[in-house]
Amino acid sequence: MAVTAETIAPLATIEKSQGYWRSVWTRFLRDKVAVCAGLVAAGLVLMAIFTPWIAPADPLQGSMIKRLSPIGTEGYPLGADELGRDMLSRLIYGARLSLFMGVVPVLIAFAIGSTIGIAAGYLGGWVNTITMRVLDVLYAFPSVLLAIAISGALGAGILNGLLSLTVVFIPPIARVAESVTTSVRKLEYIEAAQASGASSLQIVRDHVLGNVLGPIFVYSTSLISVSMILAAGLSFLGLGVSPPNAEWGLMLNTLRNAIYVQPWLAALPGVMIFLTSISFNMLSDGLRSAMDVKQ
Amino acid sequence: MISFILRRILYTVPIMLGVSLVCFALVHISPGDPLVSILPPDASVELQQQMMAIYGFDRSYPEQFLRWLGRAVQGDLGNSIATGRPVASEVFNAVGNTLILAVTATIIGFTLGGLFGFVAGYFRDSWIDKLATAISVIGVSVPHYWLGMVMVIIFSVELRWLPATGAGPGGSSQWIWDWEHMQYLILPAITMSVIPMGIVARTVRALVADILQQEFVSGLRAKGLLDRGVLAHVIKNAAPTALAVMGLQLGYLLGGSILIETVFSWPGTGFLLGQAIFQRDLPLLQGTILVLAMFFVILNLLVDVAQTSLDPRLQRG
Repeated sequence: MAVTAETIAPLATIEKSQGYWRSVWTRFLRDKVAVCAGLVAAGLVLMAIFTPWIAPADPLQGSMIKRLSPIGTEGYPLGADELGRDMLSRLIYGARLSLFMGVVPVLIAFAIGSTIGIAAGYLGGWVNTITMRVLDVLYAFPSVLLAIAISGALGAGILNGLLSLTVVFIPPIARVAESVTTSVRKLEYIEAAQASGASSLQIVRDHVLGNVLGPIFVYSTSLISVSMILAAGLSFLGLGVSPPNAEWGLMLNTLRNAIYVQPWLAALPGVMIFLTSISFNMLSDGLRSAMDVKQ
Repeated sequence: MISFILRRILYTVPIMLGVSLVCFALVHISPGDPLVSILPPDASVELQQQMMAIYGFDRSYPEQFLRWLGRAVQGDLGNSIATGRPVASEVFNAVGNTLILAVTATIIGFTLGGLFGFVAGYFRDSWIDKLATAISVIGVSVPHYWLGMVMVIIFSVELRWLPATGAGPGGSSQWIWDWEHMQYLILPAITMSVIPMGIVARTVRALVADILQQEFVSGLRAKGLLDRGVLAHVIKNAAPTALAVMGLQLGYLLGGSILIETVFSWPGTGFLLGQAIFQRDLPLLQGTILVLAMFFVILNLLVDVAQTSLDPRLQRG
């Protein structure tokens, strides 16, 4: 019995660690929709990185006589905004702040939320109860309301926007982390590790993390789409990013008054928000089914 | 059942306390002196101290919180800095309008989403399933404030069929259920309904597909029950969860209506919040958020109780 367990276990783990990621990758590649979404998302990220080389004009340089030029004006392929700035360039530059404001809160919340959740799940007992009850309070707010409450109290600004969105995403991520960790903690090999004298930190590092980070990560990627919409929404309300920066939500806000003059021009920034949000959403869906995470 | 309800209510009390603590903290995380917007910039030190004493800002935080909470429980949410009117009455007027919008949107979203989800789950992997899935993905990914703008562009600016903003002719604030007023409701309600539609469709699809795979369905079929009979059983089994999702979605819409209300200048709580943010009217911000969050907590409680009474198995969970 002891011999078989010792000889089989290492073999099984090696085969799993190689085969698992390869099979995830093959399954992901077979999912045409997810691959397309991934390409679009990657394209948007590249666009944000290489902005100065792609954008035809300065996003902050306006021209009074070109104000609200329609789509297709010479030199302004997507028209000009209410201050005569090139729309195409502003949409391209907008990817920087918009993606930053959408993705960074989820990343920070992933780091903080999974730490809290894994600690609460692994330690259990009263630590778990108190942590989860405190998070329940934040969970009791609809996410839009909480984000607006915090950034409304703090006032406009990129940092305040990031902060409020991070606070919004910590409780749901911590909840998922806690439930995954609790279910892993009950497994026999954790008990075996405890019996063999491993410290809590060692067990979490060697045995828990590898099993829980995947599901938490997949869940977190599904929040990026929400975060993009919320972040742009904050700027749309005059919170978050402030003028004259190029950011899609803010652009929607300032162009809203021009809706009767150049209606379709005013709607353009929203197309970018929609494109980003839907591609991240479908990418996350594909990732989930490829990694076979059940929710 | 009664003990379950009592336990659930008991569990809600600390949540409510926590929620009010967060709302109380909002004013204090706000940068700068809370009185800065009321006092003239050249106010004397004595006047500042007098005002601090009147508003109670000279006391310790726990004391301030208890006094604030005590007043809030009695329906006194302080006065708006911008208008000087009591926050409670401003919020009370606005809540009605938000409810009209959110309830209409929930009904539209639930009907369409439930229908899409049901058909998709029943004819799984057919083209209709793929279409319904696509619609639900679009529904949850679309920035709804932008969708609202697009609706205005199509139906108000280009076609001139429906009014773009407001809740009645001539900016009237008294809501009446006649065509004059209802045409103002159509665009915001449809825009808002897209969010619950996607989520309800997704949930119902999964529910129906799951129920159809269970043994009792094959049992019913083996018994010779026609499809129509099976359908009734599927609906009966899917209803509690679907209704719970609907209840929660109503709560999310109530709390999240600010963006859509801003687009359509709908005179509800979201519009009020927008004003409060724009004018940095912190008591108004705090009061509106407290009321909306409490609505959400109570709605959660009601949904849980209703769901459990429809499906007693949940009591054990």
